[in-house]
Amino acid sequence: MKHFWTILSHELRMLLVAPSTYIAAVFFLAIMGFIFTGILDVYSQAPQENSPAIVFFKYFPTAVLVMVPLLTMRCLAEERRLGTIETLLTTPVTTAEVVLGKYGAAYVLYVALWASTAGFFEILRKFAGDPSLIDYGPLIGGYVFIAVSGLFFIAIGVLASSLSRNQSVAGILCFAMLFGLIAGSYYLGSAEWLNRDVLHPLKAAVDYAQIYQHYEDFTRGVVDARQLLFYFSGTVLALIFSILSIEAKQLQG
Amino acid sequence: MPETLPTAIAVSHLVKSYAGVVAVNDISFTVAQGEIIGLLGPNGAGKSTTMRILTGYLPATSGSVSICGFPVTTQPDEIKRRVGYMPENNPLPEDMRVSEYLYFRGRLKEVPRAKLGPRIDEVLELCDLKRIRHKIIGRLSKGFRQRVGIAEAILAEPPVIIMDEPTIGLDPHQILIVRDLIASLRGRMTVIISSHILPEIEVTCDRVLIINQGRIVAKGAPADLRREILGHSAYQLEYAGDGARLSAVLAGFGPALKLTVEGKPDHDGFRTVTLVTASDDQLGEPLLRALLAESLRVRSLSRAQPTLEDVFLAATRRSWDTVDKK
Repeated sequence: MKHFWTILSHELRMLLVAPSTYIAAVFFLAIMGFIFTGILDVYSQAPQENSPAIVFFKYFPTAVLVMVPLLTMRCLAEERRLGTIETLLTTPVTTAEVVLGKYGAAYVLYVALWASTAGFFEILRKFAGDPSLIDYGPLIGGYVFIAVSGLFFIAIGVLASSLSRNQSVAGILCFAMLFGLIAGSYYLGSAEWLNRDVLHPLKAAVDYAQIYQHYEDFTRGVVDARQLLFYFSGTVLALIFSILSIEAKQLQG
Repeated sequence: MPETLPTAIAVSHLVKSYAGVVAVNDISFTVAQGEIIGLLGPNGAGKSTTMRILTGYLPATSGSVSICGFPVTTQPDEIKRRVGYMPENNPLPEDMRVSEYLYFRGRLKEVPRAKLGPRIDEVLELCDLKRIRHKIIGRLSKGFRQRVGIAEAILAEPPVIIMDEPTIGLDPHQILIVRDLIASLRGRMTVIISSHILPEIEVTCDRVLIINQGRIVAKGAPADLRREILGHSAYQLEYAGDGARLSAVLAGFGPALKLTVEGKPDHDGFRTVTLVTASDDQLGEPLLRALLAESLRVRSLSRAQPTLEDVFLAATRRSWDTVDKK
Protein backbone atom coordinates (compact mmCIF):
# COMPACT_ATOMS: atom_id res chain seq x y z
CA MET A 1 0.00 0.00 0.00
CA LYS A 2 3.01 2.33 -0.12
CA HIS A 3 2.05 3.54 -3.59
CA PHE A 4 -1.35 4.53 -2.22
CA TRP A 5 0.20 7.52 -0.47
CA THR A 6 2.23 8.48 -3.54
CA ILE A 7 -0.90 8.47 -5.70
CA LEU A 8 -3.02 10.16 -3.03
CA SER A 9 -0.61 13.04 -2.53
CA HIS A 10 -0.07 13.35 -6.27
CA GLU A 11 -3.81 13.46 -6.96
CA LEU A 12 -4.35 16.02 -4.20
CA ARG A 13 -1.62 18.21 -5.65
CA MET A 14 -3.13 17.93 -9.11
CA LEU A 15 -6.55 18.84 -7.72
CA LEU A 16 -5.10 21.82 -5.88
CA VAL A 17 -3.40 23.26 -8.96
CA ALA A 18 -6.36 22.67 -11.27
CA PRO A 19 -8.53 25.76 -11.92
CA SER A 20 -11.63 23.55 -12.17
CA THR A 21 -11.29 22.71 -8.48
CA TYR A 22 -11.50 26.37 -7.55
CA ILE A 23 -14.41 27.00 -9.88
CA ALA A 24 -16.25 24.07 -8.30
CA ALA A 25 -15.35 25.33 -4.81
CA VAL A 26 -16.61 28.85 -5.56
CA PHE A 27 -19.89 27.51 -6.94
CA PHE A 28 -20.31 25.22 -3.98
CA LEU A 29 -19.70 27.95 -1.42
CA ALA A 30 -21.90 30.40 -3.34
CA ILE A 31 -24.82 27.98 -3.48
CA MET A 32 -24.45 26.92 0.14
CA GLY A 33 -24.02 30.57 1.13
CA PHE A 34 -27.27 31.54 -0.58
CA ILE A 35 -29.06 28.67 1.09
CA PHE A 36 -27.63 29.70 4.43
CA THR A 37 -28.63 33.36 4.07
CA GLY A 38 -32.08 32.21 3.00
CA ILE A 39 -32.35 30.17 6.17
CA LEU A 40 -31.19 33.10 8.29
CA ASP A 41 -33.80 35.32 6.63
CA VAL A 42 -36.54 32.95 7.74
CA TYR A 43 -35.10 32.79 11.26
CA SER A 44 -34.91 36.58 11.55
CA GLN A 45 -38.62 36.93 10.79
CA ALA A 46 -40.07 34.40 13.20
CA PRO A 47 -38.71 31.94 15.76
CA GLN A 48 -38.44 28.39 14.38
CA GLU A 49 -38.73 24.93 15.86
CA ASN A 50 -35.40 23.52 14.62
CA SER A 51 -31.89 24.92 14.80
CA PRO A 52 -30.46 26.38 11.56
CA ALA A 53 -28.00 23.46 11.29
CA ILE A 54 -30.82 20.94 10.80
CA VAL A 55 -32.38 23.03 8.04
CA PHE A 56 -29.02 23.71 6.44
CA PHE A 57 -28.00 20.06 6.15
CA LYS A 58 -31.41 19.25 4.68
CA TYR A 59 -30.10 20.76 1.45
CA PHE A 60 -27.24 18.26 1.17
CA PRO A 61 -28.59 16.62 -2.03
CA THR A 62 -28.12 19.89 -3.92
CA ALA A 63 -24.46 19.95 -3.04
CA VAL A 64 -23.98 16.20 -3.45
CA LEU A 65 -25.61 16.03 -6.88
CA VAL A 66 -23.48 18.88 -8.22
CA MET A 67 -20.18 18.43 -6.39
CA VAL A 68 -19.66 14.69 -6.47
CA PRO A 69 -19.85 14.33 -10.27
CA LEU A 70 -17.60 17.38 -10.68
CA LEU A 71 -15.00 16.05 -8.28
CA THR A 72 -14.92 12.45 -9.49
CA MET A 73 -15.81 12.39 -13.18
CA ARG A 74 -12.26 13.07 -14.28
CA CYS A 75 -10.34 10.71 -12.10
CA LEU A 76 -10.37 7.41 -14.02
CA ALA A 77 -12.10 8.44 -17.25
CA GLU A 78 -9.32 10.89 -18.06
CA GLU A 79 -6.61 8.29 -17.46
CA ARG A 80 -8.32 5.92 -19.84
CA ARG A 81 -8.95 8.58 -22.48
CA LEU A 82 -5.33 9.72 -22.52
CA GLY A 83 -4.05 6.15 -22.22
CA THR A 84 -1.97 7.04 -19.18
CA ILE A 85 -3.64 4.19 -17.32
CA GLU A 86 -1.32 1.93 -19.32
CA THR A 87 1.84 3.65 -18.12
CA LEU A 88 0.40 3.77 -14.61
CA LEU A 89 -0.37 0.06 -14.46
CA THR A 90 2.99 -0.99 -15.90
CA THR A 91 4.73 0.42 -12.83
CA PRO A 92 4.75 -1.66 -9.65
CA VAL A 93 1.31 -0.29 -8.72
CA THR A 94 -1.82 -2.36 -8.32
CA THR A 95 -5.19 -1.34 -9.72
CA ALA A 96 -6.53 -1.20 -6.17
CA GLU A 97 -3.86 1.35 -5.20
CA VAL A 98 -4.70 3.53 -8.20
CA VAL A 99 -8.46 3.43 -7.52
CA LEU A 100 -8.06 3.98 -3.78
CA GLY A 101 -5.56 6.81 -4.24
CA LYS A 102 -7.88 8.67 -6.57
CA TYR A 103 -10.87 7.92 -4.39
CA GLY A 104 -9.02 9.19 -1.31
CA ALA A 105 -8.03 12.44 -2.99
CA ALA A 106 -11.58 13.17 -4.16
CA TYR A 107 -12.94 12.33 -0.71
CA VAL A 108 -10.46 14.58 1.08
CA LEU A 109 -11.41 17.48 -1.17
CA TYR A 110 -15.13 16.78 -0.74
CA VAL A 111 -14.81 16.79 3.04
CA ALA A 112 -12.60 19.90 2.94
CA LEU A 113 -15.21 21.78 0.91
CA TRP A 114 -17.94 20.83 3.36
CA ALA A 115 -15.70 21.70 6.29
CA SER A 116 -15.33 25.20 4.87
CA THR A 117 -19.08 25.72 5.39
CA ALA A 118 -18.32 25.61 9.12
CA GLY A 119 -17.29 29.22 8.52
CA PHE A 120 -20.98 30.12 8.03
CA PHE A 121 -21.79 28.88 11.51
CA GLU A 122 -18.74 30.61 12.94
CA ILE A 123 -19.94 33.91 11.45
CA LEU A 124 -23.42 33.27 12.81
CA ARG A 125 -22.07 32.52 16.30
CA LYS A 126 -19.94 35.64 16.31
CA PHE A 127 -22.51 38.13 15.07
CA ALA A 128 -25.95 36.73 15.93
CA GLY A 129 -25.53 37.21 19.66
CA ASP A 130 -28.09 34.50 20.24
CA PRO A 131 -26.48 31.29 21.49
CA SER A 132 -29.69 29.35 20.94
CA LEU A 133 -29.09 29.56 17.19
CA ILE A 134 -25.98 27.43 17.50
CA ASP A 135 -26.93 23.95 18.59
CA TYR A 136 -23.79 21.82 18.60
CA GLY A 137 -25.62 18.49 18.56
CA PRO A 138 -27.25 18.74 15.13
CA LEU A 139 -24.21 20.60 13.83
CA ILE A 140 -21.78 17.79 14.67
CA GLY A 141 -24.36 15.17 13.67
CA GLY A 142 -24.79 16.91 10.34
CA TYR A 143 -21.08 16.97 9.61
CA VAL A 144 -20.67 13.34 10.65
CA PHE A 145 -23.51 12.45 8.27
CA ILE A 146 -21.79 14.37 5.46
CA ALA A 147 -18.48 12.63 6.14
CA VAL A 148 -20.00 9.14 6.32
CA SER A 149 -22.40 9.47 3.39
CA GLY A 150 -19.64 11.17 1.39
CA LEU A 151 -17.66 7.92 1.50
CA PHE A 152 -20.40 6.19 -0.44
CA PHE A 153 -21.25 9.08 -2.77
CA ILE A 154 -17.65 9.61 -3.83
CA ALA A 155 -17.24 5.85 -4.35
CA ILE A 156 -20.24 5.96 -6.70
CA GLY A 157 -18.57 8.82 -8.57
CA VAL A 158 -15.35 6.80 -8.91
CA LEU A 159 -17.34 3.81 -10.16
CA ALA A 160 -19.08 5.97 -12.78
CA SER A 161 -15.71 7.34 -13.84
CA SER A 162 -14.30 3.82 -14.24
CA LEU A 163 -17.14 2.84 -16.57
CA SER A 164 -16.57 5.39 -19.32
CA ARG A 165 -13.59 6.97 -20.99
CA ASN A 166 -15.58 10.14 -21.61
CA GLN A 167 -15.71 12.35 -18.54
CA SER A 168 -19.04 13.99 -19.38
CA VAL A 169 -20.64 10.57 -19.71
CA ALA A 170 -19.07 9.63 -16.38
CA GLY A 171 -20.40 12.81 -14.80
CA ILE A 172 -23.96 12.28 -16.06
CA LEU A 173 -23.86 8.61 -15.05
CA CYS A 174 -22.71 9.61 -11.57
CA PHE A 175 -25.48 12.21 -11.33
CA ALA A 176 -28.08 9.65 -12.41
CA MET A 177 -26.89 7.05 -9.91
CA LEU A 178 -26.82 9.54 -7.04
CA PHE A 179 -30.22 10.92 -8.00
CA GLY A 180 -31.61 7.40 -8.13
CA LEU A 181 -30.12 6.60 -4.75
CA ILE A 182 -31.22 9.74 -2.92
CA ALA A 183 -34.48 10.74 -4.60
CA GLY A 184 -35.43 7.27 -5.83
CA SER A 185 -35.23 5.72 -2.38
CA TYR A 186 -37.22 8.66 -0.99
CA TYR A 187 -39.92 8.20 -3.60
CA LEU A 188 -40.10 4.43 -3.17
CA GLY A 189 -40.24 4.86 0.60
CA SER A 190 -43.49 6.79 0.29
CA ALA A 191 -44.97 4.59 -2.44
CA GLU A 192 -48.21 2.88 -1.41
CA TRP A 193 -47.89 -0.15 -3.70
CA LEU A 194 -44.83 -1.33 -1.82
CA ASN A 195 -46.90 -1.87 1.33
CA ARG A 196 -48.32 -5.22 0.12
CA ASP A 197 -47.26 -8.28 2.07
CA VAL A 198 -45.71 -9.96 -0.99
CA LEU A 199 -43.33 -7.08 -1.46
CA HIS A 200 -42.33 -6.96 2.18
CA PRO A 201 -38.61 -7.84 1.65
CA LEU A 202 -38.37 -5.16 -1.01
CA LYS A 203 -40.01 -2.65 1.29
CA ALA A 204 -37.55 -3.54 4.04
CA ALA A 205 -34.64 -2.98 1.65
CA VAL A 206 -36.02 0.39 0.54
CA ASP A 207 -36.55 1.45 4.15
CA TYR A 208 -32.97 0.50 4.91
CA ALA A 209 -31.69 2.76 2.10
CA GLN A 210 -33.65 5.89 3.10
CA ILE A 211 -30.89 8.47 2.93
CA TYR A 212 -33.18 11.29 4.08
CA GLN A 213 -34.11 9.20 7.09
CA HIS A 214 -30.40 8.63 7.81
CA TYR A 215 -29.81 12.37 7.68
CA GLU A 216 -32.61 13.02 10.16
CA ASP A 217 -31.29 10.39 12.54
CA PHE A 218 -27.75 11.74 12.41
CA THR A 219 -28.82 15.32 13.08
CA ARG A 220 -30.94 14.11 15.99
CA GLY A 221 -27.81 12.48 17.36
CA VAL A 222 -28.77 8.90 16.57
CA VAL A 223 -25.85 7.09 14.93
CA ASP A 224 -27.16 3.68 14.00
CA ALA A 225 -24.63 0.94 13.27
CA ARG A 226 -26.91 -0.40 10.53
CA GLN A 227 -26.74 2.94 8.76
CA LEU A 228 -22.98 3.09 9.09
CA LEU A 229 -22.84 -0.43 7.70
CA PHE A 230 -25.03 0.67 4.77
CA TYR A 231 -22.54 3.37 3.81
CA PHE A 232 -19.41 1.35 4.48
CA SER A 233 -20.59 -1.72 2.60
CA GLY A 234 -21.84 0.45 -0.26
CA THR A 235 -18.44 2.15 -0.44
CA VAL A 236 -16.53 -1.12 -0.45
CA LEU A 237 -18.82 -2.59 -3.08
CA ALA A 238 -18.58 0.45 -5.37
CA LEU A 239 -14.78 0.51 -5.08
CA ILE A 240 -14.48 -3.22 -5.77
CA PHE A 241 -16.62 -2.79 -8.86
CA SER A 242 -14.43 0.13 -9.96
CA ILE A 243 -11.31 -2.01 -9.64
CA LEU A 244 -12.97 -4.87 -11.52
CA SER A 245 -14.16 -2.48 -14.21
CA ILE A 246 -10.64 -1.16 -14.78
CA GLU A 247 -9.20 -4.66 -14.87
CA ALA A 248 -11.91 -5.97 -17.18
CA LYS A 249 -11.29 -3.15 -19.66
CA GLN A 250 -7.58 -3.88 -19.51
CA LEU A 251 -8.28 -7.44 -20.67
CA GLN A 252 -10.05 -6.14 -23.74
CA GLY A 253 -6.94 -4.19 -24.62
CA MET B 1 23.48 -14.01 -30.36
CA PRO B 2 26.43 -14.25 -28.00
CA GLU B 3 25.98 -17.45 -26.03
CA THR B 4 27.87 -16.22 -22.98
CA LEU B 5 25.36 -13.56 -21.98
CA PRO B 6 22.42 -14.55 -19.78
CA THR B 7 18.96 -14.37 -21.24
CA ALA B 8 17.01 -11.24 -20.35
CA ILE B 9 13.77 -12.01 -22.13
CA ALA B 10 12.48 -15.42 -23.08
CA VAL B 11 9.24 -15.77 -24.99
CA SER B 12 7.97 -19.17 -25.95
CA HIS B 13 4.90 -20.11 -27.99
CA LEU B 14 3.13 -16.89 -27.16
CA VAL B 15 -0.46 -16.70 -28.37
CA LYS B 16 -2.91 -13.86 -27.82
CA SER B 17 -6.41 -13.77 -29.22
CA TYR B 18 -9.04 -11.10 -28.74
CA ALA B 19 -12.63 -12.13 -29.29
CA GLY B 20 -11.72 -14.83 -31.78
CA VAL B 21 -9.11 -12.80 -33.65
CA VAL B 22 -5.58 -14.09 -33.20
CA ALA B 23 -3.32 -11.07 -32.75
CA VAL B 24 -0.18 -12.96 -31.81
CA ASN B 25 0.21 -16.47 -33.12
CA ASP B 26 2.85 -18.72 -31.59
CA ILE B 27 5.77 -16.34 -31.26
CA SER B 28 9.00 -17.51 -29.65
CA PHE B 29 12.24 -15.63 -29.23
CA THR B 30 14.93 -14.89 -26.68
CA VAL B 31 16.89 -11.74 -26.06
CA ALA B 32 20.28 -11.72 -24.36
CA GLN B 33 21.16 -9.17 -21.72
CA GLY B 34 22.33 -5.88 -23.16
CA GLU B 35 21.03 -6.62 -26.62
CA ILE B 36 19.00 -4.16 -28.67
CA ILE B 37 16.20 -5.77 -30.61
CA GLY B 38 14.00 -4.19 -33.23
CA LEU B 39 10.46 -5.33 -33.91
CA LEU B 40 9.34 -4.65 -37.44
CA GLY B 41 6.01 -5.29 -38.99
CA PRO B 42 3.09 -3.72 -40.79
CA ASN B 43 0.25 -2.14 -38.81
CA GLY B 44 -1.79 -4.69 -36.93
CA ALA B 45 0.97 -7.30 -37.10
CA GLY B 46 0.95 -7.84 -33.35
CA LYS B 47 3.96 -5.73 -32.32
CA SER B 48 2.16 -3.63 -29.73
CA THR B 49 0.27 -6.63 -28.38
CA THR B 50 3.53 -8.53 -27.94
CA MET B 51 5.06 -5.58 -26.12
CA ARG B 52 2.05 -5.20 -23.86
CA ILE B 53 2.23 -8.86 -22.91
CA LEU B 54 5.95 -8.48 -22.14
CA THR B 55 5.20 -5.64 -19.73
CA GLY B 56 2.50 -7.64 -17.96
CA TYR B 57 -0.19 -5.16 -18.96
CA LEU B 58 -2.06 -7.73 -21.04
CA PRO B 59 -2.36 -11.40 -20.14
CA ALA B 60 -1.43 -13.89 -22.86
CA THR B 61 -3.89 -16.49 -24.08
CA SER B 62 -1.22 -19.18 -23.97
CA GLY B 63 2.52 -19.53 -24.01
CA SER B 64 5.03 -18.20 -21.54
CA VAL B 65 7.08 -15.07 -21.12
CA SER B 66 9.85 -14.52 -18.61
CA ILE B 67 11.92 -11.43 -18.01
CA CYS B 68 15.19 -11.64 -16.07
CA GLY B 69 14.10 -15.13 -15.05
CA PHE B 70 10.75 -14.05 -13.62
CA PRO B 71 7.62 -15.40 -15.28
CA VAL B 72 5.26 -12.57 -16.21
CA THR B 73 2.08 -14.36 -15.24
CA THR B 74 2.98 -15.34 -11.71
CA GLN B 75 5.27 -12.48 -10.67
CA PRO B 76 3.96 -9.39 -12.45
CA ASP B 77 5.29 -7.12 -9.69
CA GLU B 78 8.86 -8.27 -10.24
CA ILE B 79 8.45 -7.71 -13.98
CA LYS B 80 7.07 -4.21 -13.51
CA ARG B 81 10.10 -3.30 -11.37
CA ARG B 82 12.42 -4.44 -14.15
CA VAL B 83 10.76 -3.01 -17.23
CA GLY B 84 10.69 0.57 -18.44
CA TYR B 85 7.85 0.85 -20.90
CA MET B 86 6.86 3.54 -23.32
CA PRO B 87 3.54 2.67 -24.96
CA GLU B 88 2.41 3.43 -28.49
CA ASN B 89 1.44 7.10 -28.97
CA ASN B 90 3.28 7.89 -25.74
CA PRO B 91 0.40 8.87 -23.44
CA LEU B 92 1.31 11.66 -21.00
CA PRO B 93 -0.81 13.65 -18.55
CA GLU B 94 -1.66 17.04 -20.00
CA ASP B 95 -1.56 19.25 -16.96
CA MET B 96 1.75 18.46 -15.25
CA ARG B 97 5.18 19.97 -15.51
CA VAL B 98 7.95 17.79 -16.93
CA SER B 99 9.96 17.61 -13.71
CA GLU B 100 6.82 17.00 -11.62
CA TYR B 101 5.82 14.17 -13.91
CA LEU B 102 9.25 12.55 -13.71
CA TYR B 103 9.26 12.90 -9.92
CA PHE B 104 5.86 11.25 -9.63
CA ARG B 105 6.85 8.43 -11.97
CA GLY B 106 10.11 7.95 -10.10
CA ARG B 107 8.24 7.58 -6.82
CA LEU B 108 5.87 5.05 -8.39
CA LYS B 109 8.84 3.12 -9.74
CA GLU B 110 10.30 2.98 -6.26
CA VAL B 111 13.38 5.09 -6.91
CA PRO B 112 14.60 6.18 -3.45
CA ARG B 113 13.73 9.80 -2.70
CA ALA B 114 17.36 10.81 -2.17
CA LYS B 115 18.47 9.39 -5.51
CA LEU B 116 15.50 10.68 -7.48
CA GLY B 117 16.53 14.34 -7.76
CA PRO B 118 19.98 13.70 -9.24
CA ARG B 119 18.59 10.93 -11.46
CA ILE B 120 15.93 13.27 -12.89
CA ASP B 121 18.65 15.82 -13.68
CA GLU B 122 20.62 13.06 -15.37
CA VAL B 123 17.78 11.86 -17.64
CA LEU B 124 16.81 15.46 -18.47
CA GLU B 125 20.38 16.03 -19.56
CA LEU B 126 20.47 12.75 -21.53
CA CYS B 127 17.27 13.54 -23.38
CA ASP B 128 18.14 17.20 -23.87
CA LEU B 129 15.11 18.35 -21.88
CA LYS B 130 16.79 20.71 -19.42
CA ARG B 131 15.38 23.84 -21.02
CA ILE B 132 11.78 22.68 -20.72
CA ARG B 133 11.84 20.99 -17.33
CA HIS B 134 9.35 23.49 -15.90
CA LYS B 135 7.01 23.55 -18.89
CA ILE B 136 3.57 21.98 -18.85
CA ILE B 137 3.51 18.72 -20.81
CA GLY B 138 0.23 19.51 -22.61
CA ARG B 139 1.87 22.51 -24.28
CA LEU B 140 4.99 20.71 -25.53
CA SER B 141 5.62 19.88 -29.17
CA LYS B 142 5.49 16.29 -30.31
CA GLY B 143 9.27 15.90 -30.31
CA PHE B 144 9.60 17.07 -26.72
CA ARG B 145 6.71 14.88 -25.59
CA GLN B 146 8.35 11.90 -27.23
CA ARG B 147 11.59 12.60 -25.37
CA VAL B 148 9.73 13.01 -22.08
CA GLY B 149 8.34 9.52 -22.70
CA ILE B 150 11.82 8.14 -23.32
CA ALA B 151 13.21 9.92 -20.25
CA GLU B 152 10.42 8.35 -18.21
CA ALA B 153 11.14 4.87 -19.57
CA ILE B 154 14.83 4.99 -18.60
CA LEU B 155 14.23 6.89 -15.34
CA ALA B 156 14.42 4.00 -12.92
CA GLU B 157 17.36 2.41 -14.77
CA PRO B 158 15.46 -0.82 -15.45
CA PRO B 159 17.37 -3.76 -16.92
CA VAL B 160 14.80 -4.06 -19.72
CA ILE B 161 13.38 -1.20 -21.76
CA ILE B 162 10.45 -1.64 -24.12
CA MET B 163 9.58 1.23 -26.41
CA ASP B 164 6.77 1.19 -28.93
CA GLU B 165 7.69 3.46 -31.84
CA PRO B 166 10.02 5.79 -29.92
CA THR B 167 11.13 7.85 -32.93
CA ILE B 168 7.71 8.56 -34.43
CA GLY B 169 7.14 12.26 -35.06
CA LEU B 170 10.72 13.35 -34.42
CA ASP B 171 12.79 15.55 -36.70
CA PRO B 172 16.14 14.24 -38.03
CA HIS B 173 18.12 16.03 -35.33
CA GLN B 174 15.99 14.55 -32.56
CA ILE B 175 16.11 11.11 -34.19
CA LEU B 176 19.88 11.35 -34.00
CA ILE B 177 19.67 12.18 -30.28
CA VAL B 178 17.33 9.25 -29.64
CA ARG B 179 19.55 6.94 -31.67
CA ASP B 180 22.60 7.95 -29.66
CA LEU B 181 20.60 7.58 -26.49
CA ILE B 182 19.53 4.05 -27.35
CA ALA B 183 23.04 3.20 -28.48
CA SER B 184 24.38 4.46 -25.14
CA LEU B 185 22.16 1.91 -23.39
CA ARG B 186 23.78 -0.94 -25.32
CA GLY B 187 25.41 -3.45 -23.03
CA ARG B 188 23.80 -1.98 -19.90
CA MET B 189 20.14 -2.42 -20.66
CA THR B 190 18.18 -4.76 -22.87
CA VAL B 191 16.12 -2.74 -25.28
CA ILE B 192 13.21 -3.73 -27.49
CA ILE B 193 11.97 -1.09 -29.89
CA SER B 194 9.42 -1.21 -32.62
CA SER B 195 9.48 1.13 -35.55
CA HIS B 196 8.34 1.74 -39.06
CA ILE B 197 11.46 3.69 -39.83
CA LEU B 198 13.67 0.92 -41.11
CA PRO B 199 17.02 2.72 -41.29
CA GLU B 200 16.48 3.54 -37.61
CA ILE B 201 16.20 -0.10 -36.69
CA GLU B 202 19.11 -0.96 -38.93
CA VAL B 203 21.42 1.53 -37.29
CA THR B 204 20.48 0.89 -33.67
CA CYS B 205 19.52 -2.74 -33.42
CA ASP B 206 21.69 -5.79 -33.02
CA ARG B 207 18.94 -8.05 -34.23
CA VAL B 208 15.63 -7.62 -35.97
CA LEU B 209 12.41 -9.58 -35.67
CA ILE B 210 9.99 -9.12 -38.53
CA ILE B 211 6.43 -9.88 -37.54
CA ASN B 212 3.48 -10.25 -39.84
CA GLN B 213 0.02 -11.62 -39.14
CA GLY B 214 1.04 -12.37 -35.56
CA ARG B 215 3.91 -14.61 -36.61
CA ILE B 216 7.65 -14.08 -36.77
CA VAL B 217 8.50 -14.24 -40.44
CA ALA B 218 12.19 -13.48 -40.15
CA LYS B 219 14.75 -12.88 -37.44
CA GLY B 220 18.45 -12.17 -37.26
CA ALA B 221 21.02 -9.44 -37.68
CA PRO B 222 20.14 -6.96 -40.44
CA ALA B 223 23.01 -8.20 -42.64
CA ASP B 224 22.02 -11.85 -42.25
CA LEU B 225 18.42 -11.02 -42.97
CA ARG B 226 19.38 -9.40 -46.23
CA ARG B 227 21.14 -12.52 -47.34
CA GLU B 228 18.48 -14.87 -46.04
CA ILE B 229 15.43 -13.09 -47.40
CA LEU B 230 16.75 -11.70 -50.64
CA GLY B 231 19.20 -14.56 -51.17
CA HIS B 232 21.55 -12.62 -53.44
CA SER B 233 23.64 -9.54 -53.75
CA ALA B 234 23.65 -7.27 -56.76
CA TYR B 235 26.27 -5.20 -58.59
CA GLN B 236 25.66 -2.24 -60.81
CA LEU B 237 28.01 -1.75 -63.69
CA GLU B 238 28.32 1.08 -66.16
CA TYR B 239 30.37 0.06 -69.16
CA ALA B 240 30.90 0.77 -72.82
CA GLY B 241 31.85 -1.83 -75.38
CA ASP B 242 30.76 -5.09 -76.90
CA GLY B 243 27.94 -6.91 -75.08
CA ALA B 244 29.22 -10.31 -76.21
CA ARG B 245 32.56 -9.68 -74.55
CA LEU B 246 30.78 -8.86 -71.31
CA SER B 247 28.91 -12.17 -71.48
CA ALA B 248 32.23 -13.92 -71.92
CA VAL B 249 33.61 -12.22 -68.83
CA LEU B 250 30.54 -13.21 -66.82
CA ALA B 251 30.80 -16.78 -68.01
CA GLY B 252 34.26 -16.82 -66.45
CA PHE B 253 32.66 -16.33 -63.04
CA GLY B 254 30.46 -19.38 -63.42
CA PRO B 255 26.69 -19.69 -63.53
CA ALA B 256 26.30 -17.88 -60.18
CA LEU B 257 26.73 -14.45 -61.76
CA LYS B 258 23.86 -13.42 -63.98
CA LEU B 259 23.01 -10.33 -65.89
CA THR B 260 19.45 -9.30 -65.06
CA VAL B 261 18.72 -5.76 -66.19
CA GLU B 262 20.31 -4.24 -69.22
CA GLY B 263 19.91 -0.56 -69.95
CA LYS B 264 20.15 1.26 -73.26
CA PRO B 265 23.45 2.94 -74.13
CA ASP B 266 23.52 6.69 -73.52
CA HIS B 267 25.05 9.19 -75.98
CA ASP B 268 28.59 8.33 -74.78
CA GLY B 269 27.94 4.65 -75.45
CA PHE B 270 27.81 3.65 -71.76
CA ARG B 271 25.08 1.37 -70.57
CA THR B 272 24.06 0.38 -67.04
CA VAL B 273 23.53 -3.26 -66.20
CA THR B 274 22.65 -5.07 -63.01
CA LEU B 275 24.47 -8.26 -62.13
CA VAL B 276 23.10 -10.64 -59.56
CA THR B 277 24.96 -13.35 -57.72
CA ALA B 278 23.91 -15.91 -55.15
CA SER B 279 27.41 -16.05 -53.70
CA ASP B 280 28.34 -13.83 -50.83
CA ASP B 281 31.98 -13.23 -51.81
CA GLN B 282 33.23 -9.81 -52.79
CA LEU B 283 33.33 -10.00 -56.58
CA GLY B 284 34.14 -6.34 -57.21
CA GLU B 285 37.88 -6.53 -57.68
CA PRO B 286 38.15 -9.72 -59.84
CA LEU B 287 35.24 -8.49 -61.91
CA LEU B 288 36.92 -5.17 -62.53
CA ARG B 289 40.19 -6.82 -63.50
CA ALA B 290 38.46 -9.20 -65.91
CA LEU B 291 36.49 -6.40 -67.51
CA LEU B 292 39.60 -4.31 -68.05
CA ALA B 293 41.48 -7.31 -69.39
CA GLU B 294 38.77 -7.64 -72.05
CA SER B 295 39.34 -3.91 -72.74
CA LEU B 296 35.81 -2.96 -71.85
CA ARG B 297 35.53 0.65 -70.69
CA VAL B 298 34.17 0.83 -67.17
CA ARG B 299 32.80 4.04 -65.71
CA SER B 300 31.51 2.65 -62.43
CA LEU B 301 31.00 -0.57 -60.55
CA SER B 302 29.21 -0.71 -57.25
CA ARG B 303 27.71 -3.27 -54.99
CA ALA B 304 24.01 -2.46 -54.47
CA GLN B 305 23.10 -2.49 -50.79
CA PRO B 306 19.60 -3.84 -50.39
CA THR B 307 18.00 -1.80 -47.64
CA LEU B 308 16.16 -3.29 -44.75
CA GLU B 309 13.12 -1.92 -46.51
CA ASP B 310 13.60 -4.41 -49.33
CA VAL B 311 14.08 -7.15 -46.78
CA PHE B 312 10.98 -6.06 -44.91
CA LEU B 313 8.84 -5.97 -48.04
CA ALA B 314 10.17 -9.32 -49.23
CA ALA B 315 9.66 -10.92 -45.84
CA THR B 316 6.14 -9.62 -45.33
CA ARG B 317 5.19 -10.51 -48.90
CA ARG B 318 6.57 -13.99 -48.36
CA SER B 319 4.44 -14.39 -45.26
CA TRP B 320 1.34 -13.12 -47.09
CA ASP B 321 1.95 -15.82 -49.67
CA THR B 322 2.16 -18.51 -47.02
CA VAL B 323 -0.94 -17.15 -45.33
CA ASP B 324 -2.85 -17.07 -48.60
CA LYS B 325 -1.85 -20.60 -49.46
CA LYS B 326 -3.43 -21.96 -46.31
